[in-house]
Amino acid sequence: MSSATDNIQIEIKDLTFNRGNRRIFDGVSLEIPQGKIVAIMGPSGTGKTTMLRLIGGQLRPDTGRVIVDGYSMPDLSRDELFKVRENMGMLFQSGALFTDLSVFDNVAFPLRVHTRLPEDIIRDLVLVKLEAVGLRGASQLFPNELSGGMNRRVALARTIALDPGIILYDEPFTGLDPIAMGVIVQLIKTLNSVYGTTSIIVSHDISETAGIADLIYVISDGKIIGAGTPEEIFEQQSPRVQQFVKGLPDGPVPFHYPAANYREELLAGVDLH
Amino acid sequence: MQMRSIEIVVGTFMLAGLISLAVLAIKVSGFDVGRDADTYTVYARFENIGGLVVRGKVSIAGVVVGNVAEISLDQESFMALVRLEIDADVNEISIDTTAAILTEGLIGGKLVGLTIGAEDEYLTDGDEITDTQSAVVLEELIGKFLLNKF
Amino acid sequence: MLSHLRNLGLQVLDVLSIFGRAGHIWWHALWRFPEWRNIDLVVYQIYKLGVLSVVITILSGFSIGAVLALQGYNQLVKFGSESALGLGVALVLLMEIGPVVAALLFAGRAGSAVTAEIGLMKTTEQLSSMEMIGVDPLQRIVAPRLWAGFIVMPILAIMFSVVGIWGASLIGVNWLGVHEGAFWASMQDGVDFESHILKGIVKSVVFGIVVIWIAVFQGYDTQPTSEGIAAATTKTVVFSSVAVLVLDFFLTLVMFNL
Repeated sequence: MSSATDNIQIEIKDLTFNRGNRRIFDGVSLEIPQGKIVAIMGPSGTGKTTMLRLIGGQLRPDTGRVIVDGYSMPDLSRDELFKVRENMGMLFQSGALFTDLSVFDNVAFPLRVHTRLPEDIIRDLVLVKLEAVGLRGASQLFPNELSGGMNRRVALARTIALDPGIILYDEPFTGLDPIAMGVIVQLIKTLNSVYGTTSIIVSHDISETAGIADLIYVISDGKIIGAGTPEEIFEQQSPRVQQFVKGLPDGPVPFHYPAANYREELLAGVDLH
Repeated sequence: MQMRSIEIVVGTFMLAGLISLAVLAIKVSGFDVGRDADTYTVYARFENIGGLVVRGKVSIAGVVVGNVAEISLDQESFMALVRLEIDADVNEISIDTTAAILTEGLIGGKLVGLTIGAEDEYLTDGDEITDTQSAVVLEELIGKFLLNKF
Repeated sequence: MLSHLRNLGLQVLDVLSIFGRAGHIWWHALWRFPEWRNIDLVVYQIYKLGVLSVVITILSGFSIGAVLALQGYNQLVKFGSESALGLGVALVLLMEIGPVVAALLFAGRAGSAVTAEIGLMKTTEQLSSMEMIGVDPLQRIVAPRLWAGFIVMPILAIMFSVVGIWGASLIGVNWLGVHEGAFWASMQDGVDFESHILKGIVKSVVFGIVVIWIAVFQGYDTQPTSEGIAAATTKTVVFSSVAVLVLDFFLTLVMFNL
């Protein structure tokens, strides 16, 4: 749990965000301390990915503040934004590898555009990063030749190419087999403990996330409904949090999409005459 | 494909573009590079130049020896003043030469045709050809023909 | 009635916002392009947009030149002035058909490919991930394609005209028997470099800018789904074809008649 001694790296205050007429966030405030693994959890469709895009400055909040490393992201110019993002990595759910580049060139991409290192040093750095995700042997393959798990590991190697201080993970465990998932969990933990990287994980996989997170925020209906260490979250009495962590089908978060009365709707289709 | 071979192909493409442009300029628009290298100027006044245009040809016996450099209206005589540029090596054009505005073929453009006279003196830079024959205007011709007939 | 007005107003706002977004792309992609180490990307795009469009351009140019020669000959021979065939074909190709048809082919071949490519990159989050790596996709992805489009279009149009004239000479001179000297002489006599060829090139430059801008914008602004990409690709071809034809009228009006 964050205390006064923790160095707050990302601060979000009274954030509201609308998409069209839908309110995604309604007065959300949260703090992410440096060097911790923080999970933002909640049912699908609660705008968790949107939260990452707000932190990364790809979206601007309607009201409220997003402060990263002391910079107010919504107020930065396009150039400043790209500068701040050099200390930030984001692992996309789809991997988002550049399909026209090989695995090697994908990982080398951030190094080539942001540094003026000679090509042989870039080569060594790329191989080190690929070794870290166990895919040094796949360096000459193209993204369409990789499995889903390999794809995400290459994307992770690319994300850490510049050794960013903050890494944003968008659903890192979704759609992976148990082995690949274990590999990713291990990698996130190692990155955090060895390099002190601040990690923000957006996920709805309770068990994997709770296993590595220092701090969990549970979001539902645009509001934070629970915050604390995994143990605190599991013990929270709020029925909404309990429904989420225990995976109950019905509860405060209704199983049914809002609809007319079941009986009336069924009968309405019957011609009684 | 390797970047190097792409560069070579792109270079060839750009070169092909330039060559095509050169072909258009020389072969299609008849852009003659060496033409106005060495010329001298001669003037001629015409009653009517018909459809003569700047860059039109000047010919002797059908051979092109120069071109029309400028066409203006002489405000005193109200005749068309045409400045001709004649190739410098065609330098023995006698001073009693006749200049006529001719039509090249039935629907071709107008050109200035020179018919050489008998004098021993030759035109030099800035001289004027005095004996001129205007363009044949089809409407006038038809008019004359009709008047004579009826 | 009131709701009609309101819808109309909303549609006007939509159109304005489209132009706003297109202008935004223009601004960020071109205004800050002086990164010379990105020249490789432009070269690669010239290859993809230009070199790969050469074959279709040459084939079409040749066919159209040949057809113009056949049709033109049939008309001119009635007046015994088939020697003007060279002039007629050259003028038509240089001032109108060359720039216009080359631009339409470019929209179909290269424009749609650019839209699909950028749209796919957006759909698969490649553009987003590039942004998060700290690279502006407008400069890295969009700008090289815009520049390549500007450079490539006039070259393709010139090639189209040259091949067309060559095709016309093959049909006219070698097959239909127009006198070779007369064919070329009438052309050289009537075609002026500045007032015909150069104006044709100006047209093709304008068409190139419009087509590639529409292509890039449709790709960048696409709905990130497969349906979105399909719709955007169609829009690119339709919008740029119509834009080329409408613009051609106004350019002709301004350059040749005023």
